[in-house]
Formats: sequence, C-alpha cells, structure tokens
Amino acid sequence: MTAELVVFFALAALAVAGAVSLILQRHPIHSALSLIVVMAALAGLYLLLEAEFVAAIQIIVYAGAIMVLFVFVIMLLNAGVEERTQLSSMARYAGVPLTGVLLVVLTFHVARASAAMTAAPLTEGMTHKVALLLFQDFAFPFELTSILILVALLGATVLAKRDS
Amino acid sequence: MVPISFYLVLSAVLFGLGVAGFVFKRNILTVFMSIELMLNAVNLAFVAFSRALGQVDGQVFVFFVIVVAAAEAAVGLGIVIVVARNRQSLNVERINLLKL
Amino acid sequence: MNELAAQHPIIVVGLVKIAVLLFVLLTVLAYLVWFERKVSAHIQSRVGPYRVGPHGLLQPLADALKFLTKEDPTPAGADRFVYFLAPLLTMGLGICAVAVVPFGPGTIRIFGQSTPLVVADVNIGLLIIFALTSLGVYGVALAGWSSDSKYSLLGGLRSSAQMVSYELSLTLSVVGVVLLAGTFSLREIIMAQSGTTWGFLPRWNLFSPTAPQVLGFFCYFIAAVAETNRLPFDLAEAEGELVAGFHTEYAAFKFGMFFVGEYAGMVTVSFLAVILFFGGWLSPLPTGPHMAWAIYLPAAALGLAGLSLIADAVRYWNISGRITLSMMGLALGAIGILCTREGVRELVQGPFWFLLKVFVVLFVYVWVRWTLPRFRYDQLMAIGWKVLLPASLANVVITSLLVVARS
Repeated sequence: MTAELVVFFALAALAVAGAVSLILQRHPIHSALSLIVVMAALAGLYLLLEAEFVAAIQIIVYAGAIMVLFVFVIMLLNAGVEERTQLSSMARYAGVPLTGVLLVVLTFHVARASAAMTAAPLTEGMTHKVALLLFQDFAFPFELTSILILVALLGATVLAKRDS
Repeated sequence: MVPISFYLVLSAVLFGLGVAGFVFKRNILTVFMSIELMLNAVNLAFVAFSRALGQVDGQVFVFFVIVVAAAEAAVGLGIVIVVARNRQSLNVERINLLKL
Repeated sequence: MNELAAQHPIIVVGLVKIAVLLFVLLTVLAYLVWFERKVSAHIQSRVGPYRVGPHGLLQPLADALKFLTKEDPTPAGADRFVYFLAPLLTMGLGICAVAVVPFGPGTIRIFGQSTPLVVADVNIGLLIIFALTSLGVYGVALAGWSSDSKYSLLGGLRSSAQMVSYELSLTLSVVGVVLLAGTFSLREIIMAQSGTTWGFLPRWNLFSPTAPQVLGFFCYFIAAVAETNRLPFDLAEAEGELVAGFHTEYAAFKFGMFFVGEYAGMVTVSFLAVILFFGGWLSPLPTGPHMAWAIYLPAAALGLAGLSLIADAVRYWNISGRITLSMMGLALGAIGILCTREGVRELVQGPFWFLLKVFVVLFVYVWVRWTLPRFRYDQLMAIGWKVLLPASLANVVITSLLVVARS
C-alpha cells in the first residue's frame, strides 16, 4: 500500500462523495458546494498524474470562476429547496436501480478494457510541453477559443439585459 | 504506481453519477451542474490517458474543454436567468412548453 | 526521532515545518493588527494602544480573549452549514498560501534531514497562490448569502463582484514577471533576479534591464489592495456604508476568523509582491570582496533594535513596562550576537532581507489605508475594468515586445 495509492483512494472517495452529495442535496447551493469539492478532489488527482498546469487551471478557472458564476446566479435567483412532485418521486424509485446498473456496466467495461495499460515513465517540465503544443500545433484552435469566449461574452450580456 | 485503469473507473463512476443527476433532478441549476460534472469526468479520462501514453495532447484537450465549459456556462446561465424571470420558476417540469 | 525522520522524511519534516510556520504566521498576523493600530494612531497624531502591556504589545492577546469569550449569536433563518463554512474558508485559504513562499536560499537540518526554507517547493508556486486567491471569493459570497439579511447579501454580492473583477488585473500584471523569468516557480523567479546591472543597481524585476516592471508593479499593487478589500477599495465592508457588509451578522469568533483571513490575504499579497518585483530574499547591496562586511548587517540591525528598546525602557512610565522592555531589548541583543556566529550568519541573510522588504510593503499598505479616501462602488468597478485591465494588458504586450527584442 504505497503512499500514492492511499492518496489516490482518499481523493477518489472525496470525489465520489461530492458527486453523490450533488445528486442527493435538496438546495442548489449545497449542490454547488459539493461540485466545488469534486473539482478540488479532481485537481488533486491531476497533481497525482503529474499534470500540474491542468490542476492549477482547474482550480483557477473551473472552481474559482465558473462555479462562482453558478453561486452568483443561485444567489440572484433566490433558488430555494427543490419541491417533491409526483413525477420526481417516481423518477427516484425507478431511477436509483437503473443508475446502479449503468454504473456497474460502465465500470466493468472500462476496467476490463484498460486493465492492460501501463503508465509511461516519469517526465519533467509538463507546463513547458503543454505551452509548446498549445502555441505550435494547436495555435489555430487556440485563436478560435478566444473568438468563442468573445461570442459567449456578447451573448451573456445581451441575454441578461432587461428589455428597456 | 497507481494503474491507469483506476483513474478510468473513477471517471466512469463520476460520469454515471452526472448522468443520474441530469436525468433525475428537477431544478434547472442542478441539471446544469450535473452537466459540468460529466465534463469533469471526461477531463479526468483525458488526463489519465495523456499520462498513460506519455503525450501531452490530452492536457491540451482538457484546456480546451475547460474553456468551452466556461463559455457554455456563461451563455447557459444567461438563458436560465431569462427563463426564470419569465416563468417565475426554476422547476424543469414547468419549462416544458415552447409557448409561454 | 531521527530514525522516524529517516524512514518517512517527507511527512515528518513537512509536519515540523508546517507547525513552525503556522505558529509564526498566526503570531505575525496578531501583531500586524497591533502594527496597524500603532501606525494609524501616529498618522492621526495620537498614541494608539499604550496601556495593555508596554506600548500596547499585549493588545492582540486582549483582542483574542475578547473574540473567544463574546456571545456568538446565529441569525434565525441562516443556512447553518454555509454560515459556519464561510469564515472557515476565508481563514483557511488565507493561511494556506504561505506554504509555497520561499524564505531563503539555504537549507536547515530538521531531525537529521536537510531541507530548504520552504514548506512546499513546487514548480507552479505562483499559480497555486492565484488558485487560493480565486477560491477566496467563496468565503465572501457565501457569508453574504447565508446570513439571511439584506445588508449582508448586498455587501457580499458587491464584495465578491469587486474581487472577481480585480482578480483579472492581478493575474495579468504578473505575466510580465513570468515572461522575464520563464517559469512559474517562485524560487526560480527569485534566482532570475540575482546579480546587478552597472555594478550597483540590483537586477530586481522592478528595475530589470530587459523590461522594467514599473507598470506591472503599480497594477499589481492596486489590484492587490482591491482584492483584499482594503481602503481605498473597501466600500462593501466599511462602517457607515452597508452596516458592515458581508460580515454584518457575524460576531465574536467567526468575525475574528474573517479578520485573520483578511490580514492573512494582506500578508500573502505582500509576500508575492516582494518575491515578484523586489527580488525576494536577495540583498539590495552588491556582493563582492569589498562588501564582505554586509554579512553582519542582520546582527547589527538586531543589536540596534535591542539597544533602542533598552533606551526606551529607561524612561518608560510604568515599572513593569520598564522591566519587560529591557528584557526584550536584551533578548534581541542576544539574538543579534547569535547571528554573528559561523553557520547562523549565512542562514539568516535571506530571511532577514525578505522580511525587511515585506515589512516595508506592509507599511505602505497600512499607510495607504489611513491616508486616502475611499472610492464609490461605481468608481471602483470602473477603475477595475476600464483602467487597470487595459493597463495590465498593455504591460503584457510591452514586456513581451521588449523580451523578444532584447533576446
């Protein structure tokens, strides 16, 4: 039981607990907090996989900006606890066993297909390599994403304006 | 050394939980967050594969997925705000008619 | 203990460093409050805390006791879990950032294992500090929302919108430094600033020969003051504005946690400013055979401080104050003499210059707070988006042009 395995299981348990809590919580703000816990656990897993730049970007952008946007919208819309309707109760009773089946099937096939893979030996300077790849091979998609963000910015501004 | 299949199994579990949340939750914001959970699970699979194959392309893809998720969250939440203002409710069952 | 440390070096040495750093940091934070009160008092031509211990030095202890023993009411409609989580987040994240700050170049031996003067020597130290700063928005937003009060909600929304806006300029203003150093690792950013130009001007990033980061430093400092919700950008939590903003409904211990978190953020930002723009633990004096006496400067400074404390103790108004001050002066003098010894001399150089520069930056922080009036909220947001963001972007463009042109 190496230290790496212990850390992996701790972070994986945290991620799964956060995901289960996301589904089970009744108030959207608690679901948002659970999702932030999942993202933090995933950032820890990226660090374990030696992808330190991706881990930092995950915290700064995903957990630190996108989820802040979610929390703001929940605060602005004054979202309350979810109501229990007939449809949702039926969905719960039929859905939980079906979810279990989906999880078991997915996990079984993924585990069987990838059991033969082994990890490559350690390398250094991941951030440097990511930067080289991003600005040389993937330079065109990189510029396209900047246009995408501009479009999203304009769209969000137009959508959220009140009719005046 | 943690076998890569462990990471892929975790990614599959998180993806399955995201699908469950997407299908069964009634609040539109929680549905949106389940979509983000699915995207995160896929990111984990990308990074795990990038480590297993020794190439950095997986991490570059994760970068793009995060950027696209940011743009999608911004526009999606704008739509949610407009819909919530018009229907006065965040319940998905009340937003199932095209006409107001 | 040495065998345990040899078997699990990372865990044992790490725990010892964390414990020591945590203890020192919390004490420094408490005395930062004292420092601010004294400086603000002298700026306003009064004396400040003077009675609780000599020169008010026991005032932080009295404040801590007050925070611990006050009544702790919770609003009736508050969401309990989030209400308790918010100050914990603010304080915890504020304290965590010090883990990646390198205090000096040397190594010390803990239980037989030799280790550098930093808790976690990662090669993305800068990004980790920014990650912790981005997560700090949650403490404010969740505190404002969970208090179930209009003032808190409005104050929380305003504060978090302000923090998110200035975070952009904060991270952009640092890109110039990263371009000059070529790495995110804090230790290597400091190493890239060693040496002198023209023999006497240190090669700090502020006066770098390739691209002087003056605009970058000003953008960084203004964004940092706004990010930590300090005057002149503290409209959301000022007295007389929205009652007290997002921490209206917090009392006693939880308010103390917010307080500690705010000052921890101040200290983190000052650490980063010194590392990025002022050369970290590098000495401002040029090194060379004719400057060998500079190695005794820490000892001399400590000795001088001890002597001045003893001189002040001679005419202090209180007998217990006189005794305490003279004993403190003697202790400082003894530490100064300790710093002239062989091994300690080299070890203490880095931390001495680093802490001296951080002290100057913190003084400027406190000085700015008690001198300038505060901005209105719309002026604040206008400055963040219309002035600082274009200035930081201009800094990035100019620095990259200069770096490419001179390479």
